[in-house]
Order: sequence, then C-alpha cells, then structure tokens
Amino acid sequence: MRQRSLTALALAAVLATTTGCTVERHWGGNTNTGGSGKAKVGLVTKTDTNPYFVALRDSARATAQANGADFSALAGQFDGDNDGQVRAIENLVQQGANTILITPSSSTGVLKAIKDARDAGILVIALDTATEPPDAVDATFATDNFAAGQQQGAYVKAALKGAPPKLLMVDGTAGSSVDTQRHGGFLKGIGLTDGSPEIKGHTAANGDQSLAQQGMENLLQRTTDINAVYSMNEPMGRGANAALKARGLTNQIVMGSIDGGCEGVQNVKDGLYAATVMQFPKKMAEQGVLAAVEYAKTGKKPTGFVNTGSAVITDKPLPGVESHDTAWGLQNCWGGTK
Amino acid sequence: MTTATVTRPSTKERESLGEFLLRAPAVGPALALIVAIVVFSLSTDTFFDLDNLSTVVQQSLVVGTLALGQTLVILIAGIDLSNASSMVVATLIMAKLAAAGTNGFVALLAGVALTIIVGIFIGGLATRIKLPAFIITLGTFTMLTAVSKLIAGGQAVPVTDGLLQWLGTKRYLFGGIPITYGMTLALLMYLGVWYALTKTAWGKHVYAVGNAPESARLSGIKVNRTVLSVYIVAGLAFGLAAWQALGRTPNADPNQFQLGNLDSITAVVLGGTSLFGGRGSVLGTLMGALVVAVLRSGLTQMNVDGNYQDLATGALLIAAVVVDRIARRQQS
Repeated sequence: MRQRSLTALALAAVLATTTGCTVERHWGGNTNTGGSGKAKVGLVTKTDTNPYFVALRDSARATAQANGADFSALAGQFDGDNDGQVRAIENLVQQGANTILITPSSSTGVLKAIKDARDAGILVIALDTATEPPDAVDATFATDNFAAGQQQGAYVKAALKGAPPKLLMVDGTAGSSVDTQRHGGFLKGIGLTDGSPEIKGHTAANGDQSLAQQGMENLLQRTTDINAVYSMNEPMGRGANAALKARGLTNQIVMGSIDGGCEGVQNVKDGLYAATVMQFPKKMAEQGVLAAVEYAKTGKKPTGFVNTGSAVITDKPLPGVESHDTAWGLQNCWGGTK
Repeated sequence: MTTATVTRPSTKERESLGEFLLRAPAVGPALALIVAIVVFSLSTDTFFDLDNLSTVVQQSLVVGTLALGQTLVILIAGIDLSNASSMVVATLIMAKLAAAGTNGFVALLAGVALTIIVGIFIGGLATRIKLPAFIITLGTFTMLTAVSKLIAGGQAVPVTDGLLQWLGTKRYLFGGIPITYGMTLALLMYLGVWYALTKTAWGKHVYAVGNAPESARLSGIKVNRTVLSVYIVAGLAFGLAAWQALGRTPNADPNQFQLGNLDSITAVVLGGTSLFGGRGSVLGTLMGALVVAVLRSGLTQMNVDGNYQDLATGALLIAAVVVDRIARRQQS
C-alpha cells in the first residue's frame, strides 16, 4: 500500500515536471487575473541580446521591482523567431502571468497564442511593434514609426534649404512593417512619393552594416550627384557613411537615421550623419508594467495605440524642426555604455 | 555505318568538355565572370570603370578570404558553418582590445589566435572523435554567435587603431587601378594556398584525403594530421578575414555577416569545387567570390531589386552544381 502511494507520488511529480505544472500554478493561472492584487508580468522580446531589447527588459524589470510586481523575461532566439515567441507565451500562461508584454517578431505570427492568452483572462500589451490587426492585443505602447520617419524626412528637407532632393535610400528588411512605416514616413516628411524621380536609387540591407556599405557603394557607382541619404537604422547609417566617406561625399549630403541607440547618438556627435530620430524603449516598458500593476489592482485594461514618442537628435538644429542636441541624446539614449 | 561516324565525334567532343572541366574547374566560373562583366559593361555606362572594378574586388575580399579557408575544408570533403561567426568574434576581440588601449598588433594576433584555436577545436573533434564536420561546425557556429553577442553586449565597437584599419585605408595605384593593401594581402594568400595545393606534397595529400580517405591512409598519408592542418590553415584565413573586415568598415558589429558562412560556401561551389571533396581549386573560388560581387554591383547599378539579385545568385549556384554533376558523370 505504502509502496503504491510512493509510486503515485513519484508519478505525479514526474507529470508535474514534464508538463511544466509547478506550484506557481496554484496562485497563478486563470485565477490570478485582473483585480486580484499582485501583478505577475511576463515580457517576451524579439531577442535577448539586441541592446534595444536589453534596455526595454532592464527598464521593465526595474519598474516591476519598484512596484512590487513579479517579473519574468523570455525572448525569441533571433529576430523573426515566431515559434520561439509562441513557446514563450505558452510558458508564461502556464506560469500564471496576469499580464504579458510582447514585442511581436511579426505582426501576425503570434496572434493565435496571444488570443489563447487573452481568452484565459490575461492582459496582453504589444510593445514596440503593433500587431495586425491592432486590436489583436488589448493595447500597443510603441514608437509611431511613420511619425519617426516623417521627422527624419522633415529634418533632411529643412537641411537641404530649398534645394531639390537627390536621394539615395538604404532600407531595412523588405516587407517588414517597421521598414515600410519608416520608409513611407520619410518620403512624406521630405515631400516625395515612391517612384519620384528625385529618388536616385535604393538598396535593402537587412539592418546589416556591411551590406549597407556594399549597397551604398554600388548605388554611388550609379550616381554621385546626390544630396540626401535615408538610412532606416543606425548600423546601416554607419555602413552607408563608410561608403560615402570613401568617395569624399560626406560634406555634400545630409543623412538622417532612426533609433537613438547610444552609439547612434555618438555617431551624430561625431558627424557620421546629421541627425537621428530617437525612440524610447524604456518608456514603453515602464508604461507597460505600470499598466499591468493597474490591471492587477483594479482590473482596468488599457486600450488602443499609445505613442511613446520620438525625438530628433542633432547638433545642427534647424528652424521648423523640433530637436534635441547630442548631450541630451546621450543622457536619454538606450544601450551601451554612456 | 554512317550514323556511327556522325555520332561518335560529337560524343567524343562532349566527353572531352567534361574532362576539360574536371581538369580545369576554374574555367566555368571564369567564363561566367567574363560574361557578367561584359553584359554589365554594355548595359550600364557606370560599371566598366577602374574605380568600380576596384570597389567590386574590395567588396568580395571578406567573403573571398572566408571562402579561401572554406575551399580547403571542402576539398577534404568537410564543411565549415562556423567560419563567419569565428571571424566576427575575432573582429570583436580585436576591436575591444584596441579600444582598451592594447597595441594594435597584439590585438590582431589575439583575434587570429582565436580563429586558429577554433580550427584546432574543430579539427581535433573531426579527427579524434570522428564527428561529421557539419555537426561540429553547426555547434561551433551556434556557440560563437552567442559568444559574439556576449562579448559585444549587443553593441558595435568602433575601431580607430591604424593597423587594424590598414588593409582598407592604405592604397596605391597600379596601372591606374586603386589597389588596397587588403587586395594585395588577399592576392598573396590565394597565391600561397594555390602554390601549397598544386606544388607541395601537402597539397597532394589534401586532394587525396578528400577523394578517398581510406586509400590515402593505406598509401601512407597521415590523414588525421592533414585534416587537422587544413582546419588550422583555414582558421588562419578566417582570422585574416577579420582583419579584412575591419579594414572595410572600422566597426566590429556582432550582427554583421550573419550569412557569411553560406556566402563563402556559395563562392566555393560557384568556383567549381565539389562539395564531395577532392576536386576544385582556389583560383575557381576567387572567380566565384568575384562573380557574386559583380552580380550585386551590376544589378544594383541597373536598379534591379535586391530580391531579384538573390534569385539570380541562387540560380547561378544551382547551375554550377549541375555543371559539376555532368562533368563527374561524363568522367565515370
């Protein structure tokens, strides 16, 4: 008899371990949703090595600690790892999170897992990247990438001081929503549309500095009669700058970039490009965790798109374009050693 | 009777073409390269320009140097999936040490030492435990990718050290063509490996081990020692590729060259080296690396979308393997 109960106990233990069914399940899970008191926040980022997501995660953890919330962070293995993010969401549901903050790898790839989580009563907030459709999550706290691109375009336009733009564009990963929004915003800001003859060429470099350098070198072989360069993020801005510098063109062009990493701000300070548009991942994380705490206390869920803002960083301010200098930028940038 | 006399010469012609390609595997890629250059020179008025041709060569340096090491590994019927990640770690080590005030030469040596150590690690597992190179280097690739991100903390490291940038910044004119020291180094490396493969006993051992390791062993070749030496020489090439990379962009970024391993395999295969080992040449690899860079440059100047550029490169790769297969079948 005793032997049998021991076997049963062992079997139960094994089952509990293999199904991930832990003690936490009792105080967590579907019972611990809105209004029940303690916030248990799970964060799922695209990767856990990119400094942008590191800044976002650190800020979320700090805010959670300051507000007495439980916090755990999971991530996909690489940018675009939908499957890894789905597994992370499932784990968090299993662990009894009552709020999941997620930076979706793709705007549609993780929707089913998000729906399952929401059906279980969990508050789901998208950070940084919106889902498609936007109401697949309760709320989105993110940079308005179109607006960020538009600010970049407006700065470049102002810097051209009325000269007609002759533009080369270094895009990111073709088809990604962030790439499309920044690209479109930039063109609106500078006053062009896709297919405008003022666009002298474009290359897609997937965010890779060396590919951006190669692409820019090849574009410059096509024409050096340019005065403006768009780069979709800062590593690609560095690559494009290397190609422009080799041709001695850095003085005749205005290049803008987007991201606001500390290295990017330093690049602006060093004159690699004229301006960058800063995003605020720390703010996204902070507001996300505060919303989770609020939800745990009162059951109130945030809704809609909350723009966490973006700011032009440059040491060459121009009339009509609101901007901050690089000293401010270095105080507010994310990633790296300040 | 008449039909026999008509068909026989044509069969013989085809056979001799196959044999020819087997004897000189660099001929195919050289033809492809010439065709591409002619087409782009005629269809754009910017491609055929000494500065541009120099740029195209510089664009192919890093992958070309990775591919030099990869050629040796593939010649012994191995494969190295970790070469680019090993190189990226080396660039980060060089950049971090230089940023911390270490002498540029010492930083360079430390980076090269890392890639050689990785080579010894892979070669050691391949010879002692007889693991397939694919598996070992897949594991090494994963580990080194993680290491590069850990070292960098996700942050790129700018390089200002003169020596580390020297391969890209110093240039001289040769017959009006701007030549960087990086191009010179790559040429010397290719010449060195070409000499070692064709004129020395070691080279003959490499081909023999790639063709039939058991026969090589029975004929007295120290197979394990040859395999290990190949991974060490390849490691040295990957370390020098790291130096080339810093010469191109003085900035060590862990997110660069994510497909460098596959790019190097593409160059090797386009260059006519057989993935089954024992057949190929570094001259072909040089052509293979150049073909890819020429395609990218020419198509960009023709304003062709990047996705179509990848499509063209992929199709060319498959064509190269088909040629390899036909050549082998006609030989047997």
